[in-house]
Amino acid sequence: MRFGRIFLGLTVLVLIAVGGFVAYAWKSEIPAQEAQLQIDPALRARGEQLAAIGNCVTCHTAPGGKPFAGGLALNTPFGTIHSTNITPDRNSGIGTWSEAAFGRSMREGVDREGNHLYPAFPYDHFTLVSDEDNRALYAYLMSLPAVDAPTPGNSLPFPINHRMLVAGWKMLFFRPGAYQPDAAHDAAWNQGKYLAEGLGHCGACHTPRNALGAEIAEQHWDGAELEGWHAYAINEKSPAPVPWDKEKLAFYLANGFQQIRGVSRGTMAPVTTNLGVAAPEDVSALAAYVADRMGTPSPERIAKGEQALAKAGETSEATPASAAPTADSQAIPSSASARGQAIYQSACASCHESGRALPHGGLNFHLSTAVNAPSPQNIINVSLYGLPAPEGEGGPIMPGFAGALDAGQLTDLIAYLREEFSDQPAWPDLSTRVEDTISGKTRVPLYRSDGTAASPTDSSVRTTPWL
Amino acid sequence: MAVTLRVNGKEQSVETEPDTPLLYVLRDDLALNGAKYGCGLGQCGACTVLVDDKPVLSCLTPLMLLEGRSITTVEGLGTVGKPGPMQQAFIEEQAAQCGYCIPGMMMRAEALVRRNPDAGDTEIRDALEANLCRCGTHSRILKAVARARDLKRGGGA
Repeated sequence: MRFGRIFLGLTVLVLIAVGGFVAYAWKSEIPAQEAQLQIDPALRARGEQLAAIGNCVTCHTAPGGKPFAGGLALNTPFGTIHSTNITPDRNSGIGTWSEAAFGRSMREGVDREGNHLYPAFPYDHFTLVSDEDNRALYAYLMSLPAVDAPTPGNSLPFPINHRMLVAGWKMLFFRPGAYQPDAAHDAAWNQGKYLAEGLGHCGACHTPRNALGAEIAEQHWDGAELEGWHAYAINEKSPAPVPWDKEKLAFYLANGFQQIRGVSRGTMAPVTTNLGVAAPEDVSALAAYVADRMGTPSPERIAKGEQALAKAGETSEATPASAAPTADSQAIPSSASARGQAIYQSACASCHESGRALPHGGLNFHLSTAVNAPSPQNIINVSLYGLPAPEGEGGPIMPGFAGALDAGQLTDLIAYLREEFSDQPAWPDLSTRVEDTISGKTRVPLYRSDGTAASPTDSSVRTTPWL
Repeated sequence: MAVTLRVNGKEQSVETEPDTPLLYVLRDDLALNGAKYGCGLGQCGACTVLVDDKPVLSCLTPLMLLEGRSITTVEGLGTVGKPGPMQQAFIEEQAAQCGYCIPGMMMRAEALVRRNPDAGDTEIRDALEANLCRCGTHSRILKAVARARDLKRGGGA
């Protein structure tokens, strides 16, 4: 009897809890929109610039697919999610979405029908976007050619294949609400923060995530690894040998390279490609805010940067590439470090010590963030796959050495680069990472490294390395 | 120093500096003139050969990396009298104009069909993206690779 009563009581409690959760999770459908829209050209133009800052086209385009028509497979730790078609197609896109429905998806992460969206769509950032900017984004997206491209199904395991559960995730990690300006700072700083934390969603890659896939607030912009690439720390922990400032950052973000700090590649390449067509004042605001987060470098940091620059200068003047002697030109050296050096001298130095200006020369490794970073993944990727050439324009290029370098040779080479060109300790996981990358266990999506003039209608994504 | 290479199935000993690019050794020491010097920067693909079945830019590959590894050049795919399927397909499709890029094209395509005997048009295009042709015979090259894939499968074109 007593057991029965407890059981009954528990059942009632569970039912109340479930009922409460369903009521919390339930979102209404916003009626489908009928009429064709009149789009204000000025609003559309602003929306295009904002879409570039949001990097929308990169995720919402499948390799070889039509821009914004979705279908890109995002391999998350939880399963594969496909990006959706955000062209105004009425069946497979967002043609039936009213401006209110679009605004709600950005602010709350809910689709027109009332389904919760998975946070692979970074509404934890987009919630900050103002109504005015959402209106412009909406005008731009609705002006695109409608593409009939149904989104492939997701492959997520039970129970997270049930979208209602996302409401629980939101309860834990998501705080909706538009950006609130910080009165302690000026308008430009606030615009920078608004763009960086909101539409630009820098933290989606640069902040580590917890076991449930939410960004860890305490490690904001500390650097993280995803999609086979390491996104560097972009706060005071930045591993760049020469510290950044706002002018240099603004140039880098708009052009995809910076003379003494290197080129944008990996998942950052499409970001700088897009920022190349964003409004210059927005890019400057973004850069100023990021530079502020990086902070004023300490005197030691500045001194270290100057030292790196001096070393880079010395190397290129003292040992012109063509005359660079190998460690021992008569035999293949026996020690790992000497082997790495010999490979460097014969395969890398001719470009990387040419002294030729970026983006067409190679960066001197004394100035390389990749060699000074906490993870060797980026330098492994670039050594193997190079920098794919931009389509139909000038830009940074590098041939890949996959096929030529075996795992042992690449490990020796990178260990040597770390030893010679940074004061950081050896990477303990180097050989494992090299093997996993060569074997394909670590999937490395490649992106073209342009950033100077590509239009946002080309997502430029490559998923197959040149093998 | 002496480096031992396996080129087109034959052991070859070459006396040279270890940082000599493979391309120079193939052309100057072994008289294998199929692979071409195009840009010397790893940007055109004319020097492509196979190392352990993978395409490699021989103009950038120092010999020291290749001790004991197996190298295949376009000469290894067949002879004038008895062309291999890849060469036969390029002849049948008349895929060359000046011909300078063709050995590199064939070798990259060969790597693809060895790795993926069922490569479709997209895979062929993706793989060949790294190789340039300045005469504009790309369309015929793509057809030739598809034909070679079919010939290799024994199905004919």
